[in-house]
Amino acid sequence: MKKVRILALAAVGLAALMGFAAAQTVQINGAGATFPYPIYSKWFAEYNKLHPEVAINYQSIGSGGGIRQLTNQTVFFGASDGPMTTEQLQAAPGPVMHLPTVLGAVVPIYNIEGVTGELKFTGKVIADIIMGKITKWNDNAITALNPGAKLPATDITVAHRSDGSGTTYIFVDYLSKISPEFKKTIGIATAVNWPVGVGGKGNEGVAGLVKQTPGSFGYVELIYALQNKISYGSVQNMEGEFVSASLQGVTACAQVAAKNMPADFRVSITNAPGKGVYPISSFTWMLLYTSPSDRQRSKIMVDFMKWALTDGQKYAADLGYAPLPQEVVAMELEAIKKIKT
Amino acid sequence: MKTPSSRRSADDRGFRLGTGFFALLVVLLVCGIFFELFRTSGLSIKKFGFNFWRQTTWDPVAGNFGALPFIWGTLYSSILALVLSTPVAMGIAIFLSELSPRSLRTPLTFLTELLAAIPSIVYGLWGIFVLVPVVRKLEVITPGWLRKVPLFSGPPLGVGMLAAGLILAVMIIPFASSVSREVLKAVPATQREAAYALGATRWEAIQAALRYGRTGIVGAIMLGFGRALGETMAVTMVIGNNPKISPSLYAAQHTMAAVIANEFTEADTDLYLSALIEIGLVLFILTVIINAISRLLIWSVSREVKVKPAKVAAPVAPAPEAPQAAA
Repeated sequence: MKKVRILALAAVGLAALMGFAAAQTVQINGAGATFPYPIYSKWFAEYNKLHPEVAINYQSIGSGGGIRQLTNQTVFFGASDGPMTTEQLQAAPGPVMHLPTVLGAVVPIYNIEGVTGELKFTGKVIADIIMGKITKWNDNAITALNPGAKLPATDITVAHRSDGSGTTYIFVDYLSKISPEFKKTIGIATAVNWPVGVGGKGNEGVAGLVKQTPGSFGYVELIYALQNKISYGSVQNMEGEFVSASLQGVTACAQVAAKNMPADFRVSITNAPGKGVYPISSFTWMLLYTSPSDRQRSKIMVDFMKWALTDGQKYAADLGYAPLPQEVVAMELEAIKKIKT
Repeated sequence: MKTPSSRRSADDRGFRLGTGFFALLVVLLVCGIFFELFRTSGLSIKKFGFNFWRQTTWDPVAGNFGALPFIWGTLYSSILALVLSTPVAMGIAIFLSELSPRSLRTPLTFLTELLAAIPSIVYGLWGIFVLVPVVRKLEVITPGWLRKVPLFSGPPLGVGMLAAGLILAVMIIPFASSVSREVLKAVPATQREAAYALGATRWEAIQAALRYGRTGIVGAIMLGFGRALGETMAVTMVIGNNPKISPSLYAAQHTMAAVIANEFTEADTDLYLSALIEIGLVLFILTVIINAISRLLIWSVSREVKVKPAKVAAPVAPAPEAPQAAA
């Protein structure tokens, strides 16, 4: 009996202490994708200016790690560049809502001696290069697309990510839609079994390899190519247009996708149909439990999400992300109402 | 006068117990690490069994994992580093302990030891921006007939085994050289004097000193080797991270430490995570085996030294401690 009383007292004391701490500032912890980290940290800082009593802490440990920590409930929210799989959703202790926050794109980059202009690629050509079926820059498949460019007979060195990455996920997701063979032999994941090439760690690792290696071909996030002024090729979309990646092209892609957006927002928008669409683009998602036990934090997160989806979107373009189209924002604001606060 | 002596013995006992506890702590820590690695890699051990050590595919999508390319890459890069660094490290140690003018000794010792203090990420960056382009140039000018040798085959990428071996060699030189230098310094002056007395030249006297201190020197080299096995950041930045077994110095390969660092954060399935932890277990076991081999090497060398001179009557039975290794 005595023991029980002591325990109860301790629990009350602890609760009081936590309540006291909460009255000062509320700490909310999240973890996940590295790709949206710059905009998330901007958002959390701006939100903290508006609500000094809320401090949101985000660790960019990678999408896989974010999903795992969310499932283990060691963080309050997660973030991922690829939607959770059905098995992952079942493994989570409660229903999880996916909320797209911004969009990103992946661009093909290259370094060929004597070639300065923009090269044109089709999904098929990229898939064949990655699979090691096209090995020379003057292969007919490439010269046919780029009649003006003087392509040398040098070997193509493929540079890919060595670390697991949402960038890789978007890239192979697109190639798998284009080429059934790619899907069968390589498949879709954040890290895959690359048949050829060398691996670099991070976007900067791949960019470094491509910059230094004559005859190389790789892929990086659009923001990375823009910030570091790396030239990148245009990619043919479903309408047959060759589109060079731009923030407008990515948002256009999402606009098309909004028309048949599933209710849970778990959608891949690579290779979407429509005019002006850049085909290798993707949403990145925040992951929230729909009925968490901590209603106070849930309320704050919902308020934060509403702000991020509306006022917060204006920070996106400056940081190199494509803002969400209005249609998607409207759908999300509706969906957020289902989160229990 | 009873009290001080009994107090002393009590102190002794306390001290022995205290230090013994710390020694035990190390044992517990090692066992704990092994047990935890074994436990958390259970899923992968159950699924692949011994095949994990032999399989050459690493396919996270299909959930098919084999460690052989990583084991190969780790051993290849570490042995390459050992081969490249040992002559240099020995040269530094001999020069500093035997030949260097006194005024040069301190700054040179300081500089060699400074190499050990540079963070490995800095080595990695230096590797990417300085070493890799140089290696690529070297690879580009490799004559055609040499390219036909499997050791030098493949396209000139710059990144790859050669760059990794070179950077590791630079990183382990201070370990091997500074410990060897201490060992040579600990060789009694009488040894050298005896050599000179017999009419030995300087070179022969140095040889005698090396012979005397070889246990410690082998230990010093193995210390560097151990460091090379586990080095992660600098290696992953220059080795090309491609899990394919190749005898070529020019090929991009992968190591165990590098694959863990690269893929751990995004390992999204339980089996994937478990396979990565098993890689850690394999690395742990390999390190233990290599340490055991180097211990054996030291023992066999020191036994030779001890048995040869004078002590003919003594039986060889008690395994002698390495006398200079501690130096």
